[in-house]
Amino acid sequence: MALDTKSETRQFTVVGTRPLRPDGIDKVTGRARFGADMTAPGMLIGLVLRSPHAHAKIKRIDTSAAEAIPGVHAVVTRADFPVIGDNDFIADILDNCMAGEKALYDGHAVAAIAASSGAIARKALKLIKVDYEVLPHVTDVDAAMKPGAPVLHEGRANETVPEGMSSNVVARYEFGHGDIGAGLAGADRVLERTYRTEATHQGYIEPHACLAQMGPDGQADLWCCTQGQYMVRDTCAAILGLKQGQLRVTASEIGGGFGGKTTVFLEPVALALARKSGRPVKMVMTRSEVLRATGPTASSSIDIKLGMTKDGRITAGFAELRYQGGAYPGSPVEFGAMSAFAPYDLDHVKTVGWDVVTNRPKQAAYRAPGAPMAAFAVESAIDELAKGFGLDPLEVRLKNAAREGTRASYGVTYPAIGLEATLRRAKDHPHWTAPLGSNQGRGVACGFWFNFGGNTCVSMNIAPDGTVNVIEGNPDIGGSRASMSMMAAEELGISYDQVRTVIADTASLGLNDVTDGSRVTFAVGLATIEAARDAKREMCKRAAMVWGIEEDAVEWKDGAAHPAGPNAGSHPPMTLAEIAAIASNTGGPIAGHYEVNAEGAGVSFATHMVDTEVDPETGAVKILRYTVFQDAGKAVHPAYVEGQFQGGAVQGIGWALNEEYIYGADGTLQNAGFLDYRIPVASDLPMIDTVILEIPNPGHPYGVRGVGETSIVPPLATIANAVSAASGVRMADLPMSPPKVLAAIKGA
Amino acid sequence: MQYLAPTTLDDAVSMLAAQAGDCRVLAGGTDLLVRMRSGFAEPDAVMDIKRIGALREITTEDGGFRIGAAVSGAEMAENAALVAAWPGVVEAAGLIGSTQIQGRATMAGNLCNASPAADSVPAMVAAGAVARLASAAGTRDVAVEDIPAGPGKTNLKPGEFVASIFLPARPARSGDAYLRFIPRTEMDIAVVGCGVSLTLDAGGTCTAARVALGAVAPTVILVPEAAQAIIGTKLDDAALDALAAACSAAAKPIADKRGTVEFRTHVAGVLARRAATIAKTRAGEQA
Ligand SMILES: Cc1cc2nc3c(=O)[nH]c(=O)nc-3n(C[C@H](O)[C@H](O)[C@H](O)COP(=O)(O)OP(=O)(O)OC[C@H]3O[C@@H](n4cnc5c(N)ncnc54)[C@H](O)[C@@H]3O)c2cc1C
Repeated sequence: MALDTKSETRQFTVVGTRPLRPDGIDKVTGRARFGADMTAPGMLIGLVLRSPHAHAKIKRIDTSAAEAIPGVHAVVTRADFPVIGDNDFIADILDNCMAGEKALYDGHAVAAIAASSGAIARKALKLIKVDYEVLPHVTDVDAAMKPGAPVLHEGRANETVPEGMSSNVVARYEFGHGDIGAGLAGADRVLERTYRTEATHQGYIEPHACLAQMGPDGQADLWCCTQGQYMVRDTCAAILGLKQGQLRVTASEIGGGFGGKTTVFLEPVALALARKSGRPVKMVMTRSEVLRATGPTASSSIDIKLGMTKDGRITAGFAELRYQGGAYPGSPVEFGAMSAFAPYDLDHVKTVGWDVVTNRPKQAAYRAPGAPMAAFAVESAIDELAKGFGLDPLEVRLKNAAREGTRASYGVTYPAIGLEATLRRAKDHPHWTAPLGSNQGRGVACGFWFNFGGNTCVSMNIAPDGTVNVIEGNPDIGGSRASMSMMAAEELGISYDQVRTVIADTASLGLNDVTDGSRVTFAVGLATIEAARDAKREMCKRAAMVWGIEEDAVEWKDGAAHPAGPNAGSHPPMTLAEIAAIASNTGGPIAGHYEVNAEGAGVSFATHMVDTEVDPETGAVKILRYTVFQDAGKAVHPAYVEGQFQGGAVQGIGWALNEEYIYGADGTLQNAGFLDYRIPVASDLPMIDTVILEIPNPGHPYGVRGVGETSIVPPLATIANAVSAASGVRMADLPMSPPKVLAAIKGA
Repeated sequence: MQYLAPTTLDDAVSMLAAQAGDCRVLAGGTDLLVRMRSGFAEPDAVMDIKRIGALREITTEDGGFRIGAAVSGAEMAENAALVAAWPGVVEAAGLIGSTQIQGRATMAGNLCNASPAADSVPAMVAAGAVARLASAAGTRDVAVEDIPAGPGKTNLKPGEFVASIFLPARPARSGDAYLRFIPRTEMDIAVVGCGVSLTLDAGGTCTAARVALGAVAPTVILVPEAAQAIIGTKLDDAALDALAAACSAAAKPIADKRGTVEFRTHVAGVLARRAATIAKTRAGEQA
């Protein structure tokens, strides 16, 4: 291993085992406190009035009748929020939380009420009169780009957008290298095809919920369900003109986020209502509000041009990606354009991405934002060309796979990466050669995600009895408390059950970036290990003091300080518990700390394989067997890693087969509930098999890479490739719902 | 809001007659409570019929079965004689919701909720089921297909409710089946549903049949042309083709978020063919 890498080849004792999850009993017994479980004395209930129109000018809002109802303590509209002049990012979030001059989508908040009961609030809500001037609307990305399309905002396009395009086009991105024309000229066949995906929602079980209170002295407290309490603090402070240090945000237990809880929707409104009423205000969304007014991911329309030689070498790849991200700039098209060809070693590659606004809710992050759609297009095209030449699709991918030293399409040169290993393991797996029945087909595809590090701060407190608390600042959305406790135990040389990890509020620990980018097990893990090393140094110092020897003549081994080196003399080792017990006499409490803006997250790759059966008379698709092959760097808690692999695959299955935002001709959302927004149910799925590969990430002391997002990147294409194999028709339009598949079969 | 809980049928009819405002009958509540919670229904009173002993029973009558209006899907599935005689009706009721829903949901509630996509209704219509309605004026029997009037509307008169549902006696060599199409495998609403009930003679020729479709019209519909297509045949391919064609022709669906007109029309035929084949096999097993 190179000397400049952080990771060591080592034997682990705790890391790699599967201890019980620390939140299990609380969640199973109902003791866990989620966003809606918080209450406060004198609390009011807050409700939001939402636009029934996809696009409308708000001419007047009359709240007088609602305010006259006994029990109504406050009504807020946009007029109750400060004007944000110089920060488009914050101004857009505010406008999304409470509409200004226009309602920009069905479900857009236009006013909110706080009342002494839900029944009074519901009654009062109906008495708010909003005078709308309904405007033409557009919800489709391609339609929104056409000249003459209804325009949402003027003047929001940045300098990358050429003159003369619709004002709905707000940014253009370009990546790549080489010469596409020359590359395509060297191909035996060039495939050109357009692919489309619909918007999907993260579908977390827990709707958004919060409880806000604010005193006349400006000190405020907010409890909420979020992926990032510091993000909530900083965003709400900016929107409401508060000081960050005066607003303390505590994250509740979280019932899923998948990226959708990396921004705010209710929180600034609850704080505004609390400020105006002088009472604590609780707000909880209904499922319909979650679907209409929080942030699904983008819908997309993607053109691919791909050249291949008859022996399977990709000569050039071009993609033009159009993503609509709802009513404000910021669709994840840049990530789509960066990741589209990231798994491949190409001489000629180019991607162009267009960010487009439409009359839909402002998109939020969803697990590997922007990448699944791009991978759907590219991996479908590779499959179609490979099959056309009669080539093995895994061999074709191996032939073109990015490796250590490959210059990626988005500019970086890769260090050691795991793509090739996942492909080889897939090829050797019994799934690959298992027999298939009639109307059945197998598909494979690859996926990539960047992963992230970011601002991280961890404290570790050693209690006098030798037990340990890890204090971290990232809500646990995927088992990270267990993983932190495990890494702390590993580093300190103690057992897992001597460590408890807790999530701090914003006043109790320095800034931590949002739980996103698959960053937590990597970055918070790294900081936990370093905080443990800091504590170990302190404990060695205390032992040296007791023994009367030099600090550097003490080393930490197997959970105890040992004298080491020629001049240390002989002393019996002092365990962590022994050192902790006498800490008062050796300098006071013992704690470890680490603060970092972590880099070196280490990119991640996966290969997925699926068998499907298509009913030729109804177009129904059944998932028969599914296997995920992914590089985890080092799986700290393998059961949680498997859970991430399975969860991403299942969300991808939903996206591929039935999940979609359906808009009516009037631009209103037709399926704002879990009956018609069809997430897979357990009986739709086989057990998702997983194969964990461990190619250590040189950027982490134990070799960890993030695993949370890559797993949703390959499924769309994997399933489309299998459905195409089973039905004989190429499905380039998601979701592959039964009516669409049947129409394609009948049209073939 | 008032909660009424009569323990006899007589009390129930007089309580209902005495209600001036909007009073809803509460059976399992799996439709009603959901509607109340989401603000779609705001009744002045609900009358819970689950404490009326007679409405909680399945009894045999003239060789058939009388199923009380408060009997849940799970209770039906536990009655071996009923399952043997009317497997299609029981499987249709058994498709409603999940294990939790099954413990509460009733066929009478499914019928009176009057959704065109209600799962047990096409099976009941195919079975020739008859609802017994009770009111202060007495009781009357009405064919199940005549109860729904349109989405969410029934032909029940004010003060009237369903006391029981009667499934008639079966001739030898009879079988029934219900199939629905849903995009998922459970917890979904029928995009198309089809119930078939038929009787064979000793030689395997179909002598009687009833075919009903759900979710392809404002109410569940009985399709006599579809029955005619198989009566007098041995349900060979040609007969099944004719059955499928008759069902597709009878289907007058709307296009919505759940499916296109073309899809529903086509799948109505596909399901009819498959359901008839299952019913035939079951009838054969009853020989
Ligand atoms: C999660 C879930 C899943 C579901 N899945 C399905 C499904 O797969 N298929 C399906 O068809 N339905 C489904 N439903 C709907 C519902 O469960 C069924 O329609 C059920 O049969 C209703 O029966 P109930 O006894 O609960 O009716 P209730 O809710 O008690 O009543 C329904 C309606 O009928 C009226 N009513 C009830 N009993 C009588 C009576 N005896 N006389 C007159 N009026 C009466 C009520 O006033 C109300 O208007 C589902 C519901 C839920 C919540």
